[in-house]
Amino acid sequence: MFYREAGDFSKTYREDSQTFPIRFDRYRYYAVLLIAFAIIPFLLNDYWINAIFLPFLIYSIAAIGLNILVGYCGQVSLGTGGFMAVGAYATYKLMTSFPEVSMVVHILLAGGITAFVGVLFGLPSLRIKGFYLAVATLAAQFFLVWLFNRVPWFYNNSASGQINSPERTFFGIPITGANTEPWAVYLFCLVFVALSAVVARNLTRGAMGRKWMAIRDMDIAAEIIGVNPLTAKLSAFAISSFFVGVSGALFFSVYLGAVEVGEVFGINKSFLVLFMIIIGGLGSIFGSFAGAAFLVLLPVLLKNVLVTGLGWPTDIAAHLEFMIVGALIIVFLIMEPHGIAQLWRIAKEKLRLWPFPH
Amino acid sequence: MKKKLLSAVIAGFMAATPVMAELTFSSLSYRTGAYGNNGIPSADGFIDYFTLLQERDGGIGGESIRMIECETAYNTEKGVECYEATKGEGVLAYSPLSTGITYQLIPKVTADGIALHTMGYGRTSAKNGQIFRNVFNFPANYWDGASVGIKHLLDINGGDIKGKKIALVYHNSAYGKEPIRTLEELSKKHGYELTLLPVDHPGQEQKSQWLQIRREKPDYVLMWGWGVMNPVAIQEAVNIRYPMENFIGVWWSGSENDVLPAGDKATGYKALAFHAVNSDFPVFDDIQKFVVDRGKAAGAGDNIGTVLYNRGMYNAMLISEAAKTAQAITGKSNISQLDMIKGFEALEMTEEKMAALGLAGFGPSFKVSCENHGGDGMVAVAQWDAGAGKWSIVSDYQASDMSVLQPLIDADSGAFAAENKLSPNCD
Amino acid sequence: MPDQLVYAMEVFLNGLMAGVLYALVALGFVLIYKASGIFNYAQGVMALFAAMTLVGVMEGQVPFSHLINAILGTKVHHFGWHLPAFIGIVSTVVVMVVLAWLVQRIIFKHLVGQEPIILFMATIGLAYFMEGFGDMMWGSEIKKLDVGLPQGINLWIDETTYNIFDYGFFIDNLDIFATIIAAILVGGLVIFSQYTKQGRAMRAVADDHQAALSVGVSLNFIWIMVWSVAGFVALVAGIMWGTKSGVQFSLSLIALKALPVLMLGGFTSIPGAIVGGLIIGVGEKLFEFTVGPLIGGATENWFAYVLALLVLVFRPQGLFGEKIIERV
Repeated sequence: MFYREAGDFSKTYREDSQTFPIRFDRYRYYAVLLIAFAIIPFLLNDYWINAIFLPFLIYSIAAIGLNILVGYCGQVSLGTGGFMAVGAYATYKLMTSFPEVSMVVHILLAGGITAFVGVLFGLPSLRIKGFYLAVATLAAQFFLVWLFNRVPWFYNNSASGQINSPERTFFGIPITGANTEPWAVYLFCLVFVALSAVVARNLTRGAMGRKWMAIRDMDIAAEIIGVNPLTAKLSAFAISSFFVGVSGALFFSVYLGAVEVGEVFGINKSFLVLFMIIIGGLGSIFGSFAGAAFLVLLPVLLKNVLVTGLGWPTDIAAHLEFMIVGALIIVFLIMEPHGIAQLWRIAKEKLRLWPFPH
Repeated sequence: MKKKLLSAVIAGFMAATPVMAELTFSSLSYRTGAYGNNGIPSADGFIDYFTLLQERDGGIGGESIRMIECETAYNTEKGVECYEATKGEGVLAYSPLSTGITYQLIPKVTADGIALHTMGYGRTSAKNGQIFRNVFNFPANYWDGASVGIKHLLDINGGDIKGKKIALVYHNSAYGKEPIRTLEELSKKHGYELTLLPVDHPGQEQKSQWLQIRREKPDYVLMWGWGVMNPVAIQEAVNIRYPMENFIGVWWSGSENDVLPAGDKATGYKALAFHAVNSDFPVFDDIQKFVVDRGKAAGAGDNIGTVLYNRGMYNAMLISEAAKTAQAITGKSNISQLDMIKGFEALEMTEEKMAALGLAGFGPSFKVSCENHGGDGMVAVAQWDAGAGKWSIVSDYQASDMSVLQPLIDADSGAFAAENKLSPNCD
Repeated sequence: MPDQLVYAMEVFLNGLMAGVLYALVALGFVLIYKASGIFNYAQGVMALFAAMTLVGVMEGQVPFSHLINAILGTKVHHFGWHLPAFIGIVSTVVVMVVLAWLVQRIIFKHLVGQEPIILFMATIGLAYFMEGFGDMMWGSEIKKLDVGLPQGINLWIDETTYNIFDYGFFIDNLDIFATIIAAILVGGLVIFSQYTKQGRAMRAVADDHQAALSVGVSLNFIWIMVWSVAGFVALVAGIMWGTKSGVQFSLSLIALKALPVLMLGGFTSIPGAIVGGLIIGVGEKLFEFTVGPLIGGATENWFAYVLALLVLVFRPQGLFGEKIIERV
């Protein structure tokens, strides 16, 4: 009844080839943006920001990046933690070396540096495929963590090896350090998320995305029809690493504020982002958001229900949390192997027919 | 505090309890994860002491005690989440028992005006209270430990360790790297040769490092480990037949969990200590009577009196004494978070106070001031006796070498102040 | 003989032993991947669970004691008996077989024919679940595992090499034992897969599911059998590693050590896992010995992966893996 294409005509080619051709989709998108930009900042407090929204936004960017590499281009990568660390340390070095330059520039530059590193570690993908590549990217993960731990230049020779994010402002409002307002930080990250999503969506809709998907589906056939595997794979690594680097930069400077590379950007981080895109749905921008929301919200929800609500001992609650998360992942995969994005697509399909059964 | 699950479920369905005046404390503990084994006794000791105060004394200064436990699994993000979730409840002091989480929380507690007590871990330069207004790490910190460790070696070598070889086996993280700078400065001063042997998390595989020790035969080995790294290191040391009395660990590497797996051969292993390591104190009888016998013990009851349990208990004791000091200074019993910081800064631990609590001689006496948030750095050496199954303190408490440490503390706190545009003040 | 060369020999031998321990873990992965195409991320957690069950049975722990105590307010912890290692191992094998049956029934039966990455993800979910379940059942404190394996320096080798080289080599007794047990295990597995009916059926399933079905091999039964054997291998690996470092959470991280072994040796080859393990073990320890001190040590974490990566660049299917044939 609501979700119809009938009566929705495009008068120009430009209108016809837009991202959301159906009016209902467009209005829904605008509504989400309105709520996100104009309504939520007023509802935030420190807990919501630090425990829920910031991790969700930041992991969404990382998930978008990894989805480009794994979901669209088919190159399984487990080096996400290491690349996020590159973004974080690049930001730290830039912040401390050029304190007057705006944070936005630093974060984008950090993304660029990570893209470069990503291309470097993506070179083996030209020879290695599938799970072998996944394990090869672990080399990147462990080497980068070791490097940042070992070379004092990266952490400015501090005695403990931790990096701390000094306070920086954006138009006079602090967005890093401890004196930030929840809404300022939220809006800062939200802008990055929105831009990342728009860029990613358009890249994957265009020729570049089609080349990636061709490589994913059957790379030899793709090469035969003229897709250059070198540029396609390396560009996937570069762009994916850019997003992951931006995510790592925000993770360090805005969210955590102090990072110890072994503990924060270890292999658990790589697996976490991979889970997000698999549960969210490979090859879907919406799926990146859905997966990030699922894996950020679920532990917090469980903890609040079990410990705060029911008063169970914290270790039993923690064990139960593991069990429930694991069981949910399995149930999810059995019910819908293509992730939340597939459920969303099916829901939209059904909505188009509603209230008619077929 | 443990409650029966059934009753907890029923209670959960009842209407919210009326707000009562009470003092809230939190235990950011880790009972799961790679370090859960060491986190469990520490958390048990911490919570049991507060339970004791509640059951025996009815709280602190007449105010009831509320304890909120939050599981961090030694993970920084969960630590942040626990902090944000509980700070609104009026928690008076945080002790996250993790250097990583401490670094996270230092800017946050500074902005939010809540006390952070990180005894024997965390950011060492927080000793400089003029820069770190809310962070306290009395009675000792890592650099004190490193310095007293070297002093102990000087003592058993007649004051001269020139030319000796000392190896540091350390956890390859911020925690493990803490003593390196101090040990390097001290090696310039005393003329020993320092070898650094990092061990990656989690520390299950240390064969290469211990083969190197076996080849190079350093005279002494110091260890800065945590979690499974400790028992594995001690087992490897036993395997290569390294003389145990020359193997000294920091206080986080000196608990029963670490030495029991290696069995009898671990006898003689030493560890630094800044509090008592056994249970010959009247307070343990009280804990038995008021906490364990009433079924309110936080753990299974089998780790009472162990080193880590004692440390948790000592931590709780210092926090509760700071609360009492705050109540005395402000004249009101329902202290706020800012009052608590004043209480910490005015805290003075004396022998009489400890004796009155049933903890005579449990730890050193010290006085906290604005300039010195870190106590006097009094550290002793404890030794393990596998036959008797207990630790005992085998040296006197010694102060650390502040002539070497003070410049390092000033440099590190100065760097923090420069990065965050703070200036030393004592308001 | 120059000192460094003698030390290098000692490091080489220790590397071989370490490699055997890695290979033990990698074997479990290879078995499951060969038979069902699933990359079982949960192998490390299975090793941990098996070791915890073994200790629990031997020490007479009450399963789920913490949960029971929390709900009912009781204080039960132990049954009070101490069983010998043999009975413990047999009971644990039974538990692992039941686990294999449950995993096949509940999870993988519903995921037949899915893409490899979905199956991989399911094993990750399984790993999470079993970690929480194992901790809930047996508690998360560190437990000492003692099945009677000897530990400590092997004195005979120490004295003999001292007489020859003027420097006594350090070879741990436990490592020698582990090598012998691994050799027996691999030998047993090879005999099983080559000469028994079930082993041949397993190889048939590994080759082609459809074809195996068409000659009457029960896929379900073979998969349960493979998971059980992998569970047994996990138990052996768990015993070896648990004796060395105690049974606790970090035991599950040994799976990460097995990944470069798999990369190097190929995912589908049992001799590949062994040879890969040896190469990784020796390479890692020699690198740490020679280059490690120059670049600050603690290189073991990443060198194994870099070594495997280099080999893969020249031979993308690993040393012994099946050649990847893609049809366009």
